[in-house]
Parts: sequence; structure tokens; C-alpha cells
Amino acid sequence: MDQFTLNLIVVGFTFAIYIGIAIWARAGSTAEFYAAGQGVNPIMNGMATGADWMSAASFISMAGIIALAPVGGYTQSAFLMGWTGGYVLLAMLLAPYLRKFGKFTVPEFVGDRFYSKTARLVAVLCLIVISVTYVIGQMRGVGVTFSRFLEVSTDMGLYIGAAVVFAYAVLGGMKGITYTQVAQYIVLIIAYTIPAIFISLSLTGNFLPQLGLIGGYAPQGGEISMLAKLDQVVTELGFTAYTADTTNMFNMFLFTMALMIGTAGLPHVIVRFFTVPKVADARSSAGWALVFIALLYTVAPAVGAMARLNLTTTFWPGAKEGSALSAPALSLADIDSKPELSWINTWKATGLLEFSDKNGDGLIQYFNEPKAVADANKKLAEATKALADAPADADKTPLEAAVAEATTARDAALAEAKLGDKTLAELGFVGNEVTKVDNDIMVLANPEIAALPGWVVALVAAGGLAAALSTAAGLLLAISSAVSHDLIKGAINPNISEKGELLAARISMAFAIALATYLGLNPPGFAAQVVALAFGLAAATIFPVLMMGIFSKRVNTAGAITGMLAGLVFTSVYIFLYLGWFFIPGTNVYPNTPDQHFFGISPLSIGTIGAVVNFVVAYAVSMATKAPPQHVVDLVESIRVPKGAGKAVAH
Amino acid sequence: MADKSSANAYWAANVRIILISLAVWFICSFGLGILLRPALKGIMVGGADLGFWMAQNGSIYVFIALIFIYAKMMNKVDREHGVEE
Repeated sequence: MDQFTLNLIVVGFTFAIYIGIAIWARAGSTAEFYAAGQGVNPIMNGMATGADWMSAASFISMAGIIALAPVGGYTQSAFLMGWTGGYVLLAMLLAPYLRKFGKFTVPEFVGDRFYSKTARLVAVLCLIVISVTYVIGQMRGVGVTFSRFLEVSTDMGLYIGAAVVFAYAVLGGMKGITYTQVAQYIVLIIAYTIPAIFISLSLTGNFLPQLGLIGGYAPQGGEISMLAKLDQVVTELGFTAYTADTTNMFNMFLFTMALMIGTAGLPHVIVRFFTVPKVADARSSAGWALVFIALLYTVAPAVGAMARLNLTTTFWPGAKEGSALSAPALSLADIDSKPELSWINTWKATGLLEFSDKNGDGLIQYFNEPKAVADANKKLAEATKALADAPADADKTPLEAAVAEATTARDAALAEAKLGDKTLAELGFVGNEVTKVDNDIMVLANPEIAALPGWVVALVAAGGLAAALSTAAGLLLAISSAVSHDLIKGAINPNISEKGELLAARISMAFAIALATYLGLNPPGFAAQVVALAFGLAAATIFPVLMMGIFSKRVNTAGAITGMLAGLVFTSVYIFLYLGWFFIPGTNVYPNTPDQHFFGISPLSIGTIGAVVNFVVAYAVSMATKAPPQHVVDLVESIRVPKGAGKAVAH
Repeated sequence: MADKSSANAYWAANVRIILISLAVWFICSFGLGILLRPALKGIMVGGADLGFWMAQNGSIYVFIALIFIYAKMMNKVDREHGVEE
């Protein structure tokens, strides 16, 4: 059976399960549609939260984001701590009290606690901006995964994915989504773990990848640790050491904090804790969610480090037992003839891996070009292109002279630059010949690199789809309940019947899916950067307003609204200064480079400062204005104690 | 909650447990994983230095333990103050 048929069978089988669950878990009431009837077992809810939280980016890209970063793998630990540490904040500062509050959406709490429709609408605005920006990437992820594994176009993949989400989200609401997410979690964690175990066994002899990360390097009998080996190999090739210290500790601190607060402030994650039966369950469910997330997040750094080592020693066979340059680089003949290296050409065909034999020696040299060499090579390429593009009848003498001059400059740079104790000129290298290693390859190519059977490859395809679909569904639910519950019922037609609201919820869900599909098909140019905005905004708007609503009896309407708006404006303006106004290319005021960042704070990290701005403004404005009325003080006192939570009150 | 002072005592106990937990949360991730890493280079966890390991694996285990310990302690505090469900 060929790989394509196998992929089709495994993916088709998982989709059949999702649809089956959707039919079984139809939502009959708004309580079921918004919060799964508040009857979800805390461990099941933890699993569903894990799938909801771990997106296509976590599953496919994160290991590569850590492993291939030019700054080294350590600095990227901010993602690992940031995307897990937020659950501690959720469990202690938000989830139990919001569950006690017992209603369906985040804006609803903001509206009641700050006794203001305006506050509720500002929260709806923040929620929609955060969730819509987030969902674009997920729909894109569904399309890309389909196109890689199932030989359909990205657009067709997107339509199929949207149809599947439509089936279970519109039908089942939160209830259907929750139980499909449990199934999706199981699929994605198995798909992630199996290749990780195999790569850990082969590189370190450890069954558990978490132990492999700190284990010995097996091909040299374990006398050197895997990380020390990785440091040795990459520094020999001119890259930053994998475990090198961060060059900007302050920014790493703020970035980690922004991701933590942002995680705790993401509406689609918060609402997951509305689905459990009791306040005590909301606390433990956050713990279970983190257990299931940690199963992937503690494996990801091991996968990243080992896949990077594996990739590097594949291109430098000498590195397996000694130093990287002790033997010639991998030859083109080997890539084309050896079956265990066939994955290189497979992934070259997808464009995730690119290489070319620049010096024509039949070998592929993979190393980090020093900046002078990289610049000289770029100039030479430009000069060569100008010569090639010149019309046939033009005078080519000046162009040929330019090429000759650029070649001389490049050769001088090669004679200057050193790799180990030899110059690049002495080694006969003209430049790095592996011109592209995409982040995603660290996870996607693992089963083939480890020569695992075809069904494991198929499982990785199903896992990537499960990760993208489950996150998309959670986001779509957050958007549709904000529209049907907070806008339609809360502001436009408060007298709508239960049946009418359920219909409105389903229609808004259908609209949300259509919008997400449209944006996925026509992604705005800024799709990659908006993730920064989503996290920054969640950190600077939703998290502070919720926390103050619970922990302060003094913060009032004016404080909450000005605080949210201050956080929103401050954070987006800082991001726009570097990434362009509303992400329109070319409209940025400063170039987005570390030396231009204010106090070295990157736009990714600004959410932390935005949160501080929100807290300070909200508190100052509240102190200067009238204290909240008694019924609001009573509300705060009631959400602080678990007793009397019971079933949700819909009105 | 019938008794106001009991409600205040319950909330104070909750806030105290949160503050202690968040101190541990901060020290393990931001402290050992980021700020103190250069100072603790000599301490190894297997093949990784302590700061690297805390940043990539260790702090996540601490986070999990913290949430379950918090949940357990709060269940006890809930019962002591008679506010459990």
C-alpha cells in the first residue's frame, strides 16, 4: 500500500470518529452549546483544553522554532515556559472564580462585574480581535497539512477542514467540540510521541525523550552528553552554541511573561473552565490540562535538539563520531542513491529543504556563513543576475567588470573567514549550500529520518490536522458565543427566547466559519505577525480586567474601560511602530531590529508592559471616581467562595 | 456566606496560598530558568546545566505540581471554612 492511500485511510478514519462524536453529542440547549451543560469531567476537560490550546504551530512548528533559531535553543525556552506557566495563573487567579460566577462568556463577566454594557462591548471587541487573528493561522494550518499529505491543493484542504469543523461545531457547540477535542488530543499526542521515542532511542538510548534531552550521546558510547555534542557540532560549523546564554535577558524575561499572561487571558482557553461541574474541578482541571500539554511541551525541546543534531550529522557524516569537519560533507551521489537518505529529496520536493552545490564539488556543505561572506555572496549574486538579465545587444563590459569585482571581494572574504582553524578558502567552501531548513521539517520529517513505518507518517498527518482543527473549533466557539450571547442577547435583543438564541448561536458559528475560511483562503499579508498582537492584546486587556474584577472590590466601570483601552492602544501602537500601521508593509516608523527596540523590548514582549499600563490606569482612574455599588461588592464576595455554584444561570 | 469575618478569613487564606505558590512559580521559571542561569552554570542535571533544564523541562514539572498542590490545599481550606460545594 502506498503512503498516499495509508494517509487517506488514517485521516479518513479520524474524521469519521470526529463526526460520529458530533452526532452523539448534539447540543439541545444554550447551556450545552456554550458550556457543554457544565457536566464535563475535569480530566476530560483537561484533555480537551490541551487539544484546544495546542495549535498547528505547537504541533508542527514549535520544535523547529526552538531548534533552528539563530540565537540558539536556550533563548527560545521562553515559548516553553510562557505557554505552560500561564496555566498556573489561570488555576489560581481566574478559573475557579469565573466558574463560580457561572455564566457563559468572558465579556458577560466583564459586563456584570463592571455594571456596564460599554465595558462588555469593549471586552467583545478585544475578544473578537484576538480570536479572529488567531483562527486565520489555524485555517491556514489545516490547508497546508492537507496539501502536504493528501495531494490536494491548500485551498481544497481548507474547504474540507472547514466542512468538518462545521459539522461538529454547529451541531454540537461546546459539547460536541469538547468531546471531539478529547479524541483529537489522543490522536495528536500519539502522533507526536512515537517518532520522538524512536529518535531518542537511536541518539541517546533513552526511551523517554525527556531523559534523552539530558542523556548521553549514544553513537559515542554516551561519554559525551547529547547537548554537549550538539553544542560542539554546531559551533564547529559557525552557528551559535545551542545552550548559549541569551544576549538580552531583560527581553527574554518580558517575552516569557507576555506569553504567560497572554495564555491566561485567551478567551477560548478561559471558557473551557466554564464547562466543569464544580469550582474545585476548575482548579484541578487546570492541572490536568497542563499535564496533557506537558506531555507534548516537555518532549518538544528534546525533539528539536535531537532532530537538529540528526540533521547536522546527516550532512556531516564525520560529526557522528568526531568533529564535523573531520570527514567530507554529504555527497549528492549518496543523497540520490542511499535509501536511508531518500527523505532528503522527498522534503526538497516540498520546498521545506533546499540545497545546491555552489562550489561544484559534488558535496553539500552546511554551515553558518559569517556575515562578511554572506554579504559578499549576496552582492556577487546580484551582479551575476544583472549580467544575465542584460539584453543581448547591450554593452556588457561594465557588468562583467562588476561581476569580476564582486568575485574578488567574495574571495577576499572567504580568505578572511575561518571555520575552526582553517579559512573558508583553504577548505574550498564558497558558501552555505543548505539554503533552507524550514522549522516544520523538524517534526514532519522525523518519522522518515528515523525510518519508521508508513502508518506513523500517516499518523503525523492526522495529528497535525487534529491540532489545527481542535484549536480552530475552540476559537470559533469563542467568537460565535460573543456574537450570539454578548451582542445579540446582551445588547440587541435581550428578550430573545432560549430556542432563538440557540439558533442565533448556530448561525453565528456558521458565519464565523465562513469568515475564517475566507481569511484562510486570502490571508492578509500580516498573518505571521498577528500572533504577536493576539498574545499582546490578551495580556494587556483581558487578563488584567478579569484579575482586577476578582481581586479588587474598588475597581469600577470607568477604571475597567480606561484600563482596557489604555492596554489595547499602548500595545497595538508599539507593535504597529515596528510592524507597520495595521500591519501594512512599509508604514512602520522604526525598522524591526533589536538595536532599534525601545530598551531592547521586542514587539513580541510588549504585552507585559501593556498589562502593567492597564493595571495602573484602571487603579488610578477607579480611585479618582466613585466606588462600585453594593450589589457589585456582593457579587465579588460571592464569586470568591465556592459554595453555591451549582448549575449555570442563563439569565 | 453568613459570617463576614469568616469570609474575610477564607479569602485571606486563599490569597496567602496564592502568594506563596506564585513565589515558587516565579523563582523556578524566571529565577532559575532565566535570571540566575549564568550564576548556576556549574550545577548539572544530567547533560544540561540547571538553568537550561529548568527553562526547557523542569519549570513545567513545577507548574503542574503547584496547581495540584494549590487545588488540594484549597479543598482543605474550603472545608475548614465550610464553603465547599
